[in-house]
Amino acid sequence: MNTVVTILYYLLTAYVAVLLVGNFLKNKKWQDEVLYIIVLIPFILRLLRLK
Amino acid sequence: MKRKIAIAAFGAALALFAGLSFYRSRHLREPVVPGPGVSRVAHLGDYFGPIKGTVNDLNVYVLDGKEPGGTILLLGGTHPEEPAGRLAAWIFAENAEVAKGRIFVILTANRSASTATRLGGAYPPDFTIPTAWGGQKFRMGDRWSNPLDQWPDPEVYLHYPTRQELAYVDIRNLNRAFPGRPNGTLTEKTCYAIIELIRREKVDIAIDFHEAELQYPVISTIVAHQKGADLAAAASMFISSIEGFAIGVENSPKALHGLSHREIGDATGAIALLLEAPEPFLDATRGRTDRELLLAGKDDFVVRAGKRGLLFEKIDEKGWPIDIRVGRHTSTVLQILEIWSGDNPAKAVVLSGVPRYTDVVRDGIGAYLKDPKAVAPAKIFYE
Repeated sequence: MNTVVTILYYLLTAYVAVLLVGNFLKNKKWQDEVLYIIVLIPFILRLLRLK
Repeated sequence: MKRKIAIAAFGAALALFAGLSFYRSRHLREPVVPGPGVSRVAHLGDYFGPIKGTVNDLNVYVLDGKEPGGTILLLGGTHPEEPAGRLAAWIFAENAEVAKGRIFVILTANRSASTATRLGGAYPPDFTIPTAWGGQKFRMGDRWSNPLDQWPDPEVYLHYPTRQELAYVDIRNLNRAFPGRPNGTLTEKTCYAIIELIRREKVDIAIDFHEAELQYPVISTIVAHQKGADLAAAASMFISSIEGFAIGVENSPKALHGLSHREIGDATGAIALLLEAPEPFLDATRGRTDRELLLAGKDDFVVRAGKRGLLFEKIDEKGWPIDIRVGRHTSTVLQILEIWSGDNPAKAVVLSGVPRYTDVVRDGIGAYLKDPKAVAPAKIFYE
């Protein structure tokens, strides 16, 4: 059961990361672009199992 | 487009910086030079197969005496964020010579917990103890097993076998998971393996090293299972009169489960004791959480809390340096063993080479850490 939850968690993390990248690419304001990139960092570190 | 590339590069640089820090912290190898008294280095997996090969397949340093006697187990690093516990165990493994009896030393009882720091706690990832040969770096660690090794946490943690409700995060707390279970989580399996070690090696006394925040009432004390109440009381009296510091005694609560001083005493034949030293670094009202606070134990905010009567231990501008905290642990163990050996000659544990409180405070911990560069690589073990 824990394995299933873990896999779902990583899929969800990857999904949110993709959404953040999409928003970063679509956005026109540089302040929002910086915000999306900073918010993306912990998701990337989670996916790489660094923290 | 150029702006997006520049911002993405900025983010990648931040992620790389953070990622490298986390990776290095998790994989920092801490060398141990076993002292002349170490006969062999076993592994926790030798006592419980399923733990073999995991992050918690711990080194167990075994010191056999020249004559038979009693057996003791020293546990450092049950909570790696309490570094005096690991360092005190380190001093025993690298310096003790046993004349009578046996000593088993585990330096990092929850190695998984030593590979992460507290989320949102802004802890330093490591710290260095200065030595004559340059200094030794240690991982800082956390109170709980690394979520990368054990995840997810439940909504409510039901302790096994009592089904007592504990805080959900304590399912990763080694000192809330004793006696453990063979088919449980990594933390529970680790506890089960330690219990198996105690049973198979017929350990007489198990001593678990800890540190506590000054706002916590169980501090500067020996927490004793009822089997060890007399021993702890006698040790407290001797220590307070001759060792140069005061230490109290607390009875292990019978209704609070999962703790080493309760469950080891109940589940095995061993006397279970837990030692607490003061660590201002853990106080909620502390200031900047850095290496200086960890090692020097000085904090103006904690001092101010003390002046307002909010603490259970004294603190002044001198703080609680790590040498004092480690020295308290080494002297307390030595006093316990001297009293135990006097009362139980057939089960005596007699050793030499371990510095007392006054020695550690005078010389510093670094004087008792061995230089890994001075010995052959084959003789070095890693935590």
